[in-house]
Amino acid sequence: MDEARLESILSRYEGEPYDLIPILQDIQDNYGFLPKEEVKAVARRINVPITQVYSVATFYKMFSLIPKGKHQLKVCLGTTCHLKGGQRLVDSLSSRLGVEVGYTSKDGQFSLETVGCLGSCAQAPVMMVDDKYHARVTVDKVPKILKQYQT
Amino acid sequence: MPRFESVDHLTQYRRQLKAKFDPEQPRVLVCAGPGCLPLGSEEVAQAFKEALAEKGLNGKVVLKVSGCQGLCARGVRVLLRPREISYQKVTVQDVPEIVETTLVNGGIVDRLIYQDPASQEKFSHKGEIPFYKNQQPIVLRKLDIIDPESLDDYLLMGGYRSLRKIFFEMTPEQVIDLVERSGLRGRGGAGFPTGRKWRICREAPEAVKFVICNGDEGDPGAFMDRAVMEGDPHAVIEGMIVGAYAIGARQGHIYVRHEYPLAVKRLKLAIEQARDAGFLGNNILRSGFNFDIKVSQGSGAFVCGEETALIASIEGFIGEPSPRPPYPAQSGLFGLPTVINNVETWANVPEIINMGGDWYTAIGTEKSKGTKVFSLVGAVNHTGLVEVPMGTTLRQIIYDLGGGIPDNKAFKAVQTGGPSGGCIPAKFLDLPVDYDSLQEVGSIMGSGGMIVMDETSCMVDVARYFIGFLHAESCGKCTPCREGLTQLKYIYNEIINGRGEEWHIPLMEELCAAMGSASICGLGQSAVNPVLSTLKYFRDEYEAHIRDKKCPALVCRPLLKYTIDPETCTGCLACVRECPVGAITGLKKEAQEIDQELCIKCGLCYEMCQFDAVKRE
Ligand SMILES: Cc1cc2nc3c(=O)[nH]c(=O)nc-3n(C[C@H](O)[C@H](O)[C@H](O)COP(=O)(O)O)c2cc1C
Ligand code: FES
Repeated sequence: MDEARLESILSRYEGEPYDLIPILQDIQDNYGFLPKEEVKAVARRINVPITQVYSVATFYKMFSLIPKGKHQLKVCLGTTCHLKGGQRLVDSLSSRLGVEVGYTSKDGQFSLETVGCLGSCAQAPVMMVDDKYHARVTVDKVPKILKQYQT
Repeated sequence: MPRFESVDHLTQYRRQLKAKFDPEQPRVLVCAGPGCLPLGSEEVAQAFKEALAEKGLNGKVVLKVSGCQGLCARGVRVLLRPREISYQKVTVQDVPEIVETTLVNGGIVDRLIYQDPASQEKFSHKGEIPFYKNQQPIVLRKLDIIDPESLDDYLLMGGYRSLRKIFFEMTPEQVIDLVERSGLRGRGGAGFPTGRKWRICREAPEAVKFVICNGDEGDPGAFMDRAVMEGDPHAVIEGMIVGAYAIGARQGHIYVRHEYPLAVKRLKLAIEQARDAGFLGNNILRSGFNFDIKVSQGSGAFVCGEETALIASIEGFIGEPSPRPPYPAQSGLFGLPTVINNVETWANVPEIINMGGDWYTAIGTEKSKGTKVFSLVGAVNHTGLVEVPMGTTLRQIIYDLGGGIPDNKAFKAVQTGGPSGGCIPAKFLDLPVDYDSLQEVGSIMGSGGMIVMDETSCMVDVARYFIGFLHAESCGKCTPCREGLTQLKYIYNEIINGRGEEWHIPLMEELCAAMGSASICGLGQSAVNPVLSTLKYFRDEYEAHIRDKKCPALVCRPLLKYTIDPETCTGCLACVRECPVGAITGLKKEAQEIDQELCIKCGLCYEMCQFDAVKRE
């Protein structure tokens, strides 16, 4: 375990039990997942039972206990995107990359996820790659979008 | 920006800002709201920067990136003040022409102005466009004027003016009286009277209290709160200061869902600015009142929008709701009295303080006062954000503002209230929208998502969608919600897979009755609305699925059949490459055929085909 890396996150907090979720969010953002040793260290440090840490880590959708891919594909399946064919977008990405929703492609490049609503419903269907929004994505636009990120 | 030591100091500074402000100076506002941002707002703004520099207009023309300008369907939007010329669908390539034609020569770029889909009439000024003309913005008023990252802009618009009144002219009780008299009701869903909530909290005996802003906005299809947090973050902060003063809280929290990174950034920046300027912190404007705000981020759980779950989440636990009473106003964050209000509720507060309760009660209907922001999306020409007085009819919103249904399709339903709401059929289009009227027809106001559906939407599929959504998001704590949703989901799957039975319908109604009355929180209690409203108004569609094994709107996959028309097919093989199961065969440049045994009816071929050769029935 990289103690300095974890310490740089923990030092931003007072170390109270209510800091649990923000600390896990920082670890998730920084590491791309929640490594086991780090999770244990957090539990000890802020005095929260390890069971509570895992209950939080598995309840909320943003946390992952396994490493995620280099790029995060988030396809919106909010109501508007659902009506405008968001599921077909998921199917297309899934078959092109050979990856099921919630998993990462074998080459470690892409993780595929679906989300509730990205708040850009006026441009449905919408997907996000990392922090960038892609608007009005129809299936025929998928290859071009993926190409921007494929190395 | 100085640190304001007193209200007079603030007033004086505002006067200076006003004196410096030249109303005649041209200002370019590039919309970077939720609708325009994914279409390239940043690139357009950058292009303006370069084009203005090239023409030597730097310093002469002000360039701003604004919050949502409303008519998202035609983004990227650019508003040129003071003439209020509203350009739409602006791309990087259009920018030099706008600068040359409008800013240098004073003309209009005709192809970038609004054209009415029905009458073909063109309008160049914002005020003439029917979408804007029929609105009455209070909460959205500043969004297309200010730069959300500039406190000066906010102050120039009268920002933080309410603090003088509350701190130096009113007691906390008087503030509560005023808010109660205004008739303001919560904009987050249930419509509870805001003033009454504050009073309950103020009267609680505990010394330590909290205010919370609910920015979780989980309802899919809703982005009003996102637009306000991103476009006018100081209004939320100002509202919270008023509320904190009224109930006697020293600490506030804003809880924002993590899918909204820009809202988090803007709120954090605004809080820092407010602290530096002395609107947050100790002894605010020498009033003796201390208050500060912290931003907490959600972690992707819809149920955390429910107030007790949200509080559990801030405390560091999983988002499981708890039974009410006790209400948060009596026992909330860390067991202490807490007022929790929605983003839009908070954003209404400063203006109510400034203008008075009577001003507010003059707007709206008898029991629902003021305005409501709706996100108008789906099958409607002008998708975007609208703010109208309570009591505006659905028809006015969808047709007068929304420009009707695109492609000459027929209106089928409008869905309000997110997963807790219902689908309202055409016969209620003249319903004046307020909290009570929507409830009467089996839906709810909810947070303000309004999703218009045309004949291509299947109502069984829509209900199944919401049940699937809620099933995934239910926290699983109480049995009626957890098991009820599992069973409903199972039945919907049977129906859309062609295995529906007549007795499924009464069984669904029975399940709904149990869930509606016995679930712990609103998630399970109102999960029945999408089911019951579609069963009531669109029963024929259920019957077509169950009896005829057909989906009239051609949506439910297993009931469809895809074929390729050999006459139209050019043999380009686009569908063959896309088909995930290799069900399409044929020679290049010749007609293809779909193997019905292999076909999983995903519809990818249908969408890929550029020649409309794939047929769906
Ligand atoms: C399942 C569920 C989800 C909710 N989601 C939200 C939400 O995203 N935003 C919100 O403001 N209120 C939401 N609410 C309503 C809150 O519980 C609460 O009533 C509201 O925040 C109170 O503020 P208001 O009085 O200003 O409306 C939700 C309620 C339920 C039952
Ligand atoms: S439904 Fe997809 S962005 Fe809102």
